[in-house]
Amino acid sequence: MKREVVKFIIFAALVMLAPLPLKQSYLLNVLVFVGINTLLAVALNLLLGFAGQISLGHAAFFGMGAYLSGILTANFGLNPWLIIVLAAVTVGGLAFVLGFPILKLKGHYLAMATLGFGIIFYIVFNETIGLTGGPSGLPGIPNLAIGSLTFDNDLKNYYLIWGVTLLTILLCVNLAHSRIGRALRAIHDSEVAARVMGVNVRLLKVQIFALSAAISAVAGSLYAHTMTFISPTSFGFNFSVELVTMVIIGGLGSIYGSFLGAALLTLLPELLRAFRDYDIIAYGALLVFMTIFMPGGLVRGIPDLMLFLWSRLTGKRGGNAQTG
Amino acid sequence: MLGKTLAAAQIALLVLGVGNSALAAQPIKIGALFAVTGPASFLGEPERNTAQMVVAEINRAGGIKGQMLELIVYDTQGDATKAVQAANRLIKEDRVVAIIGPSTTGDTMAVIPLVEKEQIPLISCAAGIKITEPLKKWVFKTAQNDSLAVAKIYERLVRQKISRVAILTVSDSFGSSGREQLKAQAARFGIQIETDDTYGPKDTDMTAQLTRIRGSQAQALICWGTNPGPAVIARNAKQLGLKLPLYMSHGVSSKKFIELAGDAAEGITLPSGRVLVAELLPESDRQKKSLLGFVKDYQRHYNKEGDHFGGHAWDAVMLLKGAIERGADTPATIREQLEKSRGFAGIGGIFNFSPQDHAGLASDAFVLVEIKNRDWLLVK
Repeated sequence: MKREVVKFIIFAALVMLAPLPLKQSYLLNVLVFVGINTLLAVALNLLLGFAGQISLGHAAFFGMGAYLSGILTANFGLNPWLIIVLAAVTVGGLAFVLGFPILKLKGHYLAMATLGFGIIFYIVFNETIGLTGGPSGLPGIPNLAIGSLTFDNDLKNYYLIWGVTLLTILLCVNLAHSRIGRALRAIHDSEVAARVMGVNVRLLKVQIFALSAAISAVAGSLYAHTMTFISPTSFGFNFSVELVTMVIIGGLGSIYGSFLGAALLTLLPELLRAFRDYDIIAYGALLVFMTIFMPGGLVRGIPDLMLFLWSRLTGKRGGNAQTG
Repeated sequence: MLGKTLAAAQIALLVLGVGNSALAAQPIKIGALFAVTGPASFLGEPERNTAQMVVAEINRAGGIKGQMLELIVYDTQGDATKAVQAANRLIKEDRVVAIIGPSTTGDTMAVIPLVEKEQIPLISCAAGIKITEPLKKWVFKTAQNDSLAVAKIYERLVRQKISRVAILTVSDSFGSSGREQLKAQAARFGIQIETDDTYGPKDTDMTAQLTRIRGSQAQALICWGTNPGPAVIARNAKQLGLKLPLYMSHGVSSKKFIELAGDAAEGITLPSGRVLVAELLPESDRQKKSLLGFVKDYQRHYNKEGDHFGGHAWDAVMLLKGAIERGADTPATIREQLEKSRGFAGIGGIFNFSPQDHAGLASDAFVLVEIKNRDWLLVK
């Protein structure tokens, strides 16, 4: 546990210092989105990496948070902070109710069911034009504010969003090392064995699903207040898949791996702009390369790669270095 | 395949060209955001091609008052988040003086808060009425309002004494904006909407909706969508033996639609920008020179027909060129000069911007065309 505390403090310090050299750069804006995506990836990792339950509909929870915040603050002028809490509770509650029938399913069927509700909510965002503004979006969402401090530029939003993300990471690290975390891993390996050990498998799965959805909703609310505009294209099936990719590329069951995955997938398109029209091909090729050569995700792949390179460079034990 | 290779060669040339001019003198940097990939690529691709073409042509002719242009294009994929990230990069990293695009109303609405705050002029290529109403200081647009296209169809229906219509619209931003306008303007023209159906952008069979329409009192069918949906509707209508006159939107005003719908396209009427019928326009038409120039250049550069959507980017670049020619060189002065653009005969129409109007087009921006013998016929 002590190691975890040290790790977290180092990570938090790096996050807090990152904006200093960036100042007015557009990269600061990209890092704001890295923060939101990290929050989402960590939330999905609880479900996918720890409990071993796939969800191809997490963009819907993200979208629900964003739309609840957007509609209630832009159209009805309610207190944004209150709405963030309300959105988290509502979406978490909805996921709790949905979770009972859905999480009975396993494997491909679970993937299908979550995919289904993801698409249903996407259609709802698109079609309820009177409420959501439909495909052309919902403008005029206010920035968050505390007293006279308004979060209206990248730097302020960076600290706001990363503050929430760091708190969530702390919560998840704690959870992972608790009795619940161990129970989740037991479910991941064998549901029957977990049940024999006295774990209430069904309830725990639904609870973690609800928690994951609630965190996603908070991410959605923060996204809406940062962008001040939302439209359904940001909450479609593609984004759900992107989230799953972040978690897998980063490393299943590793909280910091989720950060690496989210950072990579958010920053990569920016770095690949040099390829102009061929950036999508390079993007795809890199992802394929990483899944083949780093099946354990970046969190394990990067140290292995460094070890491998080190041994090659020094000429010691060059033959048997592992890249897995 | 050949087309792709040619396009790649074009881009390579353009890259080299821009690189050379960068060495020569400080080029004027213009940013562009287009949905080149993703569901709105039917807009983004021709827009990107056109913008690159116009900039290459301007530079070939010696730039604007000796200064070269540099165009920096980013793909938004039709996603609001990516559009905002790309706009941030254009403004803070590339330090452009103005931005052209985005292609869709959603993307445009997403970047508006940013350009207003950073004070960079934006010339959107999307049609949504929300973009310029209410007026935003830094935001202009070149695409015709959907309301103008709807009015054009309704005027024709009134002349033909048709008062009961069925509408069938696609459930994306293009269709929902059309649907809103069709419903909003019906009363003004004394038109009654008998049935109001929608279809999904990827649907491959619309017989169910058409059967319902066949059983209604409607005297005409208006369909609002972009390829390939409307082609499916045209074919299904023919298979069902639906006798109603069929009206489409400007979303299908390209040869591609006739290709997709085949014989079923015969007799369909639609509003379109003048670009489709450039050759057929009388010599007195003020836009004719611009239109023929655009069509000829596009054919030469890409070996394809330039369409209505590419025209939005043509207008945007040329409006910027006009502003820079009149001495503007910073975002603030470009904005001021853009606002003073009067009587500019572009592809979409005759633009007259003013401090009160950042859309700048009158209702004659659209013409009605009918499809006859797999070609366009100007409806008088």
